[in-house]
Amino acid sequence: MRNSAVLTPDISRPAARTWRVPQETSILLVLIGIALAFEALGWIERGQSFLYNPQGLLIMVLRVSEIGLIAVGVTMIIIAGGIDLSSGSVVALSAMVAGSLAQTSGYGRAVFPGLLDLPVLVPVAAGVLTGGICGLINGSLIVRTGVPPFIVTLGMMVSARGLARYYTHGQPISMFTDAYSAIGSGAKPVAIFLLAALVFHILLRYTRFGKCLYAIGGNVQAARVSGIGVGRNLVAVYTIAGLLTGLAGVVVSARAQTSQSGMGMSYELDAIAAAVIGGTSLAGGVGRITGAVIGALILGVISSGFTFLGIDSYIQEIVKGLIIVAAVIADQYRKRRAR
Amino acid sequence: MTDLSMRAEPARAQHVAAPVFAARRIRKAFPGVIALDDVSIDIHAGRVHALMGENGAGKSTMMKIIAGIYFPDHGSLHFKGESIALKSPRDALNRGIAMIHQELNLLPYMTVAENIWIGREPRNLLGLIDHRALNRQTGGLFAQLGIEIDPQVLLGSLSIASRQMVEIAKAVSFDSDLLIMDEPTSAITDKEVEHLFRIIGELRAQGKAIIYITHKMDEVFQIADDISIFRDGHHIVTRKAKEFDKPSLIAAMVGRELTQVFPKMEVEIGKVALAVRNLGRRGGFSNVSFDLRYGEILGVAGLMGSGRTEVMESIFGIYPADEGELLFDGKRRAIRSPQQAIAAGIAFLTEDRKSSGLFLQLSVGENMEISALRRNCVLGFVRQKRVNVSCADMCRQLKVKTPGLQEVIENLSGGNQQKVLLARWLLNKPRILILDEPTRGVDVGAKAEIHTLITQLAREGVAIIMISSELPEVMGMSDRIVVMHEHTVSGILPCAMATQETIMTLASGEQL
Repeated sequence: MRNSAVLTPDISRPAARTWRVPQETSILLVLIGIALAFEALGWIERGQSFLYNPQGLLIMVLRVSEIGLIAVGVTMIIIAGGIDLSSGSVVALSAMVAGSLAQTSGYGRAVFPGLLDLPVLVPVAAGVLTGGICGLINGSLIVRTGVPPFIVTLGMMVSARGLARYYTHGQPISMFTDAYSAIGSGAKPVAIFLLAALVFHILLRYTRFGKCLYAIGGNVQAARVSGIGVGRNLVAVYTIAGLLTGLAGVVVSARAQTSQSGMGMSYELDAIAAAVIGGTSLAGGVGRITGAVIGALILGVISSGFTFLGIDSYIQEIVKGLIIVAAVIADQYRKRRAR
Repeated sequence: MTDLSMRAEPARAQHVAAPVFAARRIRKAFPGVIALDDVSIDIHAGRVHALMGENGAGKSTMMKIIAGIYFPDHGSLHFKGESIALKSPRDALNRGIAMIHQELNLLPYMTVAENIWIGREPRNLLGLIDHRALNRQTGGLFAQLGIEIDPQVLLGSLSIASRQMVEIAKAVSFDSDLLIMDEPTSAITDKEVEHLFRIIGELRAQGKAIIYITHKMDEVFQIADDISIFRDGHHIVTRKAKEFDKPSLIAAMVGRELTQVFPKMEVEIGKVALAVRNLGRRGGFSNVSFDLRYGEILGVAGLMGSGRTEVMESIFGIYPADEGELLFDGKRRAIRSPQQAIAAGIAFLTEDRKSSGLFLQLSVGENMEISALRRNCVLGFVRQKRVNVSCADMCRQLKVKTPGLQEVIENLSGGNQQKVLLARWLLNKPRILILDEPTRGVDVGAKAEIHTLITQLAREGVAIIMISSELPEVMGMSDRIVVMHEHTVSGILPCAMATQETIMTLASGEQL
């Protein structure tokens, strides 16, 4: 009779002796490596430190926070097997809507002359909701029509940008209330980003909704058979990502103290790149928020580093593209070895 | 098993006695199953040679080897007197062996003419495709075969029946000496069947050899000159068609010795858990009725394509039914989604775990817990410790061999993966358990364990439906057997009346 005692006594707990190396270790090492490389290059080329530069670091981290907020949402969408190309445009639209309700009185040109000096909650809510509505539309169309997410969000990308321009016929919005501008001051955007990352990391890891997203992204038919409401969950994840993008729009305009329809250009690609570098597979079913955070940092460090060294921004773009491809190849390689 | 095929007497003086195609001692194995074991067969020119047998008997595998799609592990193939080794389907085509597949391999976004000549289009002087010649050639081919389809329409716009005719024309256009047809009439109407038979008659008169795989008894006696029976990967017998009749054909197809012992116990059978009344779904099945009682194991037998899985998919709400009703404990209930089915106490272990069961990238625990999360949440947060304990418990009960719950499920054997899926459903304590081919692709040891589990569940009062293509399994495990044929129920056999012959008779659409 076969020995049936092949299970460890209590397999409900992971074996205590083997501490598994966290998945993010490799990209964390990449991040540290890149940072150190720029540090070294900084001394060689310019005789000054790249890292010991609080102003520079703050600017870098603020920019990372904007992309990072979007990346949190996009990571969840990709885990669920989808994609979102509309983030950048929705940032612009949210910035415009929020900005138009955040203006202060006494300076002449106002978008809504009757809606000045509103409590800061109003523009913030308006911006976030704008993003949420765009996300809801994305999700609903994808679920109801069966059109691929790539196409639907591409359509939203174009339409939202157009709507942002139409909103004030191309005019930028400025003269915000102090309360609104305060949102983008100091390190507040970083706090907002980290809070969002924490909340959704917990959601993905510890809630039923999070587990359903992984299931849907991994095998949508199996998810359906298992009793998961696939459509409902997908609409929810796109809406959540939309809300986060709306929040990013608020942060971007508050920090820049202006709202312009050209804001957020290619933010969606940076966000997707951050997710992918962080180990999220575009095939779906795999990914972590922590990885996306590190991925966003890597992109941020590269961007800052190149600016610090005075390298042409075009070369930055080329290198960024190469890094994204390298990250995906490394990920495939890691998966193949694990088999 | 020695080859019992006889050299066919030449039907016409001009045909040679030597076979145009011969396979000797072919063996082909896939992980976990021996598809063909020491199979030898002779095919003669100018004759239609039918191949019959149950699901999984090895017919399709044999034909795929002949057509160059698979390579035999052992054995030899001989074509027109010489020994050959086929390197690819293209190689087979070039030598004069063409195959019409069961699953149509046509391109819906290209025209009919493009589909037929794909890869061998007529070129003009510049090397570009000569579309006029393409259409002309197709027109000529169709005229020859009597097919009335416009060569320039998109294939995707044609009905399935017309597409099948295009597939047939394509195979004929290779002017091959050996033509293999795998269930060519599965999608066409009677009118087209007659047309096909006319074409086959002409090919036969031209001296071509035709291998014809089918389940349909009537067709076989209409068209075949010789009949070969395959069973469990062996070539059982070949005789001239007129030497068979329906009962002897069925007996040859299923006549195996039943040596497997199944752990079926005496179980008290309770009230009706589910009453299915005139259930139907357009394009899937029609007029299906049966009762299912608590503690009973209801087997569902039938040939591939008879509609068994479709019925269960409707009961479980994956593709809801259009007509009929479902009564749970006497009360009528509409099931329009898997969630509703689960709420009604049903569980469904699907046929193909890779495509609709497993989340390959997730762990054993994550796979197992997914359907039970709804009941183990607080404000949306999963009570992970409690869930883990339940999963570990299940692993113990079902004897799942895994280093731990966090092991990636891809690394487990097929049998253990199946057990994890079974555990997934059992965590919800279903009242009705539907199993679709529960031991497919599972090794012998795990198979026995799963059988024991199933009978134990029946003992505990669960109402069980088990679809299986393995006759010994269906017979050994079931209290009653529903047999399906051509998308409807052809009969329900109590255990006492269920023999391999009676099941196969009903599955072939014959009367008992």
